[in-house]
Amino acid sequence: MTFLKPHPKPSLKPHVKPHRKLSRTLSPGPFPKPARSPGPGPSGRLGAAVAGLALAGLAVAGCAPGTSGTGAQRDDKGGTLRVWLFQEVGNKPKERVVDSAVAGFRKRHPEARVEIEYIPVETRAQRIKAAFNDPASAPDLVEYGNTDTAGYVKDGGLADISAEFGAWDETRDTDPTARTSVTVDGKVYGAPLFVGVRALYYRTDVFRELGLSAPKSQTELIATAKKAHRARPELYGLAVGGAYTYGALPFLWAHGGELATRDGGTYRAAVGSPAARRGIAAYTSLFGPDNCPPAKCAAMGGNATVTAFASGRAAMAIGGDFSHAAVEAGPVKGKYAVVPLPGVKPGSVAPAFAGGNNLGVLRSSSHRTLAVELLKSLAGKETQGRLFDAMGFLPTYTDVRAEAARKQPFVKPFIDTLAAGTRFVPGSPGWGRIDAGQVLPTMFQEIVSGRKDVATASADAARTMDAAFAEAG
Amino acid sequence: MATSARTSTDTPAGTEKGVRPGPGRGPGGAPGPGRELRRDRAPGPGRRRGAGSGSGHGGWTPWLYLAPALAVLAGLLVYPIYQLGLISLLEYTQAQVSGGAPTSFQGLGNYRALAADPEFWRVLLATVVFAAACVVATLAVGCALAVLLTRVRAVPRLALMLAALGAWATPAVTGSTVWVFLFDPDFGPVNRLFGLGDFSWTYERYSAFALVLFEVVWCSFPFVMVTVYAGIRAVPAEVLEAAALDGASQWRIWRSVTAPLLRPILVVVTIQSIIWDFKIFTQIYVMTNGGGIARQNLVLNVYAYQKAFASSQYSLGSAIGVVMLLILLAVTLVYLRLVRRQGAEL
Repeated sequence: MTFLKPHPKPSLKPHVKPHRKLSRTLSPGPFPKPARSPGPGPSGRLGAAVAGLALAGLAVAGCAPGTSGTGAQRDDKGGTLRVWLFQEVGNKPKERVVDSAVAGFRKRHPEARVEIEYIPVETRAQRIKAAFNDPASAPDLVEYGNTDTAGYVKDGGLADISAEFGAWDETRDTDPTARTSVTVDGKVYGAPLFVGVRALYYRTDVFRELGLSAPKSQTELIATAKKAHRARPELYGLAVGGAYTYGALPFLWAHGGELATRDGGTYRAAVGSPAARRGIAAYTSLFGPDNCPPAKCAAMGGNATVTAFASGRAAMAIGGDFSHAAVEAGPVKGKYAVVPLPGVKPGSVAPAFAGGNNLGVLRSSSHRTLAVELLKSLAGKETQGRLFDAMGFLPTYTDVRAEAARKQPFVKPFIDTLAAGTRFVPGSPGWGRIDAGQVLPTMFQEIVSGRKDVATASADAARTMDAAFAEAG
Repeated sequence: MATSARTSTDTPAGTEKGVRPGPGRGPGGAPGPGRELRRDRAPGPGRRRGAGSGSGHGGWTPWLYLAPALAVLAGLLVYPIYQLGLISLLEYTQAQVSGGAPTSFQGLGNYRALAADPEFWRVLLATVVFAAACVVATLAVGCALAVLLTRVRAVPRLALMLAALGAWATPAVTGSTVWVFLFDPDFGPVNRLFGLGDFSWTYERYSAFALVLFEVVWCSFPFVMVTVYAGIRAVPAEVLEAAALDGASQWRIWRSVTAPLLRPILVVVTIQSIIWDFKIFTQIYVMTNGGGIARQNLVLNVYAYQKAFASSQYSLGSAIGVVMLLILLAVTLVYLRLVRRQGAEL
């Protein structure tokens, strides 16, 4: 029962990134090395032989974990540009759009060749980290998930293109959240390629049968969910998940809460603030026998809630524009509609998380100028408009997006959500660690399983987050 | 299932497997006669060694012959452990690997960070208790079934053997996925069979650990069963017959004759089980979705994986690896000492 295509959106990324082996270069790293091995001592032949073998082994394999230098040495004006893009399910239309953009680029720069490689989404973290480690086989341009920006910058993988981005006239229409998603410490490390945003899916047939209408406020949303579950106990009212961070955050933001606030150079967690706690309490109130029993829902992530909705086991769910195909493929096809997730005040929209992908130039690229030119072709207005037609990816330019909504009414609620204002995760490499450490899912799960109350769980999560921010910078 | 793609990651860099010996290697020589044989032959090599050292030359020759094996051992054991230890003393995250930041020597900083992390101690305690429960359960089930094997006819014995070998041959990820499905609250046959309704096994901490324990026992009892069965079959019939003629009961025969003869095998099997169960990864990772609700089912190996690979803190992950290595070494040595004090030969 595969309803969901693995889109390269942050929400659908693997819980744990695929592991990679430490790659070692033969050149020793630029750090103090511990003594290699004791010399042959008086302990006799055995000691000498072991030491000899150890030395031989060290000489062969290099004696310390390696570090690769990724700074670029040259800026060639010709040659081959290598590009890594994500391999989508049904990738052909994307390839056609990319090919025509590349053809346009080649016309302007006949001296450059372009090699496009589509990398599998599941192993992208591995591939991109490997590219940072081995500049010789790294591409010049990569597509990456926008929550990874700060981490990749900290890793020293992406080139600062603030000057080029600022001088590029099309970026005047780039929406502010998309701009945030490529910005770290005021510097720009790429160009947004598309955004992904979540809204409220609901079953029109169930709502009609029960005489319900699409909720206008968060209070109404929670009441509607419970009403639907009471009338149809086999359905979750609103499918929620303890591990569905990006479905939960709009509740936190709608109450005026924040994940973290910037205090000078460092971030400080704000999930323990009264406003954030109100949002967390609102979200976790949806876990219970009257809507979504914690025994089942505490473990669910975003995929599981959308699957529940798509297979007809939920009256409502929070899903992305990228979940459209999955829902269409299920038995609820033609029996659902989408509205923006309501905020606290009636008629308002809860701030959504702006997911999506960016394009960036690698710091190790030996064709920096050309690579930036190619980036402009691939992430420019024309290509983004065509990508929307071909793949349904929401453009990051406000004017191109308005045009898209005119052509495809389905995306209207998502574009309304974007227009109402979106939020982004803290632009700190600490966020990657917090995400990987499942800090927020743990907090939600502790609350919904009754282990801790909202105040304790959020205070504990804030402490863990602060430690990660302090350590990772 | 849409989630299956996420959970298909296997063990990290082969830390869990790879130490399992083939079925024949553990039990090695049969206990009774084997020992006799060795004792008989003992004077032979002893005499030769005496002659060699007397002549006073050829000191390097044995090392020359040993060199290929030692080189392999150094490459496969010493070097990785050396790297593990080295990395655990550095600050080594993705930023250091890819050159974004300089690598720095931290001394015991990573170990201090671990000791200061309350979650580490919680996970360590859970791992020790869970591993102990798994070892006891595996040994009990394995030994009981081995005894059963000696008591039943050929056809049921073959059936039991085949079933056990099937469980043994099943990859851990597959086994875990199947067990989770069997106990699924909505579709699982187990809940339907026992009338448990939609009881979610993975929701409560202890029921989740119990579910994982069932799977661990299921996939590791065959090794114990086959090994102990081979040991029982190797006990000479005349010894048992003599005991029976002396009027010993079945229980007395087991306690005073069979069990002492089996002791070397039980020692090997116990150490193996301790090592596997302490290093459990796949079952927890797959069945509790990477550590369970609110990380309630984390064990040390999964915790190390999260630190090292999910959040790219390779040095912290290495430190956890070193701690695990030391704990396992200590446990094994203490256990061997205890056994030797009781007079068993290995």
